[in-house]
Amino acid sequence: MTPLTGYLLVAALLFAIGLAGALTRRNAILVLIGIELMLNAANLNLIAFWRYGPHPEALTGMMFAIFSIAVAAAEAAVGLGLVIQIYRHTRTTDLDQMNRMKG
Amino acid sequence: MIEKADQIFVILSHWLVSFLPVWLQQPVHVLLSVVAIIVTFPALFAITVLLERKGLGRMQNRYGPNRVGPYGIFQPVADGIKSLTKEDIVPTSADAVVHFLAPVFLVVVVFMGYAVLPMGRNMTLVNMDAGLLFFFAIGASTELSVFMAGWSSRNKYSLLGAMRAVAQMISYEIPLLMSSVAVVMMTGSLSPNKIVDVQNQYTWGLPHWYIFTPWGLAAFLLFCVAATAETNRSPFDLPEGESELVAGYFTEYSGFKFALFFLGEYVGMLAISGLGTTLFLGGYSAPLQILNWVPSWCWFFGKVMMSMCVFIWLRGTLPRLRQDQLMNFAWKFVLPLTLLNLVVAALWRFMGDGWLRWVVCSAILLLAYTVMGRLGMRQKHIAPRSYRYAE
Amino acid sequence: MSIVFYVLAGLTVAGALAAVALKNTVHCALALTVAFAGLALLFLELDAQFAGFAQILIYIGAVAILVVFAILLTRGSETPKDTVYSNKWLLGLVTAAAVFAVLGWAVLHSTEALPHETAKPAVTVMDIGNALMGRYVLPLEIVALLLTAALIGAVIVAMHEKEGAR
Repeated sequence: MTPLTGYLLVAALLFAIGLAGALTRRNAILVLIGIELMLNAANLNLIAFWRYGPHPEALTGMMFAIFSIAVAAAEAAVGLGLVIQIYRHTRTTDLDQMNRMKG
Repeated sequence: MIEKADQIFVILSHWLVSFLPVWLQQPVHVLLSVVAIIVTFPALFAITVLLERKGLGRMQNRYGPNRVGPYGIFQPVADGIKSLTKEDIVPTSADAVVHFLAPVFLVVVVFMGYAVLPMGRNMTLVNMDAGLLFFFAIGASTELSVFMAGWSSRNKYSLLGAMRAVAQMISYEIPLLMSSVAVVMMTGSLSPNKIVDVQNQYTWGLPHWYIFTPWGLAAFLLFCVAATAETNRSPFDLPEGESELVAGYFTEYSGFKFALFFLGEYVGMLAISGLGTTLFLGGYSAPLQILNWVPSWCWFFGKVMMSMCVFIWLRGTLPRLRQDQLMNFAWKFVLPLTLLNLVVAALWRFMGDGWLRWVVCSAILLLAYTVMGRLGMRQKHIAPRSYRYAE
Repeated sequence: MSIVFYVLAGLTVAGALAAVALKNTVHCALALTVAFAGLALLFLELDAQFAGFAQILIYIGAVAILVVFAILLTRGSETPKDTVYSNKWLLGLVTAAAVFAVLGWAVLHSTEALPHETAKPAVTVMDIGNALMGRYVLPLEIVALLLTAALIGAVIVAMHEKEGAR
């Protein structure tokens, strides 16, 4: 198993764990935690391919990862602001109880 | 001879390491440097604590501690023995794991910041290309330990103190970074070694320290303000003010854990003074070219201790800021000034040498400071002071 | 494969598992911080120093604290009445396992097509600065606009409504 395969498997595992967290937890904030884990797994993938791919001096992978980190931070801020405002409205963060638009 | 005194620690560690086989030399060299840092800075912490208590005492027209040893110089030893032998009380409803890990995390993270500071010629532990970014990343991690301490105590006062402390540290982190970015911009490198090298040159015997330029002086003052707020020191010490919140986020800590928090706070102050020295005061370079015979590490530690004296002086002089005043100050005064300072630094660079750039840059900075300070003041309707006596 | 990689990968995966499985929400946020730290160390192991330090500064220094503040402001630290897992937790777990199976199969079966190990890239911060100001200046400015929009948006979304609008 080459080093690159190892890093890709770790990234896939992190992505799956983040997806499991986003799909199985009730609290809205934990869903956001799962999303952050998925974004981080993608970043790991990008940096691993940058390191072991051809032309690492072109810096494409590292730039992509840095922009991804910045965008993820912005998205976390807005997402958490939304969660706080929804909590103020419905007094709960339980996603199973936010089904007023159902049916 | 001068060269030998300057490099004495480097020569000593190389000589000690030469007794070992080749494959062991590099790790032991690093280990020796780490041990030196772990020994030196707590010793400086003990000296600083004593200096603070005596200095504050004198500023408040009283003697400081003067019972233990002549002039009280063994007081830190007594304090250490006291905190080691005190009972370690953990509240029953506290979260035991997080409660234990918070001071440990703080101390580990705070000591890691010393790895990139150049403490003398060739005396940097790790010569990293992105060293300054490493220092700021490590500084950002200390906020989490403050929150862990406050939350795990299950105490409303601790939690309130922790939230205030974290909000304050986050607010002042941006001015801290922005005032350092001006230095990085003018040097062209994130490496502290390169920053000190650029400042180590002399014109007519006077050094090229960044504090002697208009934008550098403004950046240094803003860095001082942000550093005082980052380390929760007076006048920004509402999170740990004894009269407001018992002891803030370390209310429920006693004995050795409290000593670890105390150590972490002061070692953090020393680290940020070291960084300010590196960025603005020329690191290990001497003030005048003729004074180059004094070893470089003497200059570095001398400047750091001077900065600590200024911290102590500020604590004894200024009253405490309220939380909303503190946040207003950060976002509406310090941050715009740091951004303007970046523009002024760029202007300085592109105007070329000469007297004109001194005048223009100083004028812009003074104008901005006056306008923002006075405009900010005008909105506060300060009523004439009235007294209410107990009848 | 070096021992450092195994230790760091184990730490990261353990942190991630704890972050999605623990009952106490604040413990989840702290475990997430451990996962971020593990990832930053993995970046450093991959010779991407700038990305590693940026990960620590942004994720641990800002995003983790943001998550913790949100948990505290929404009373997430109190113990929930019923279970912390949703009603359809099995479906979510099966989906995640399926995704991991597909990704793992793809990685393991394409070993020949993947690039081989190259020499260590010598990337200085100066190179990154030149790239950001040269080739990637348009994405940089767009990210700046995006961050400004996110800042203003987050403040407006989370602001207390004025009394008249209620």
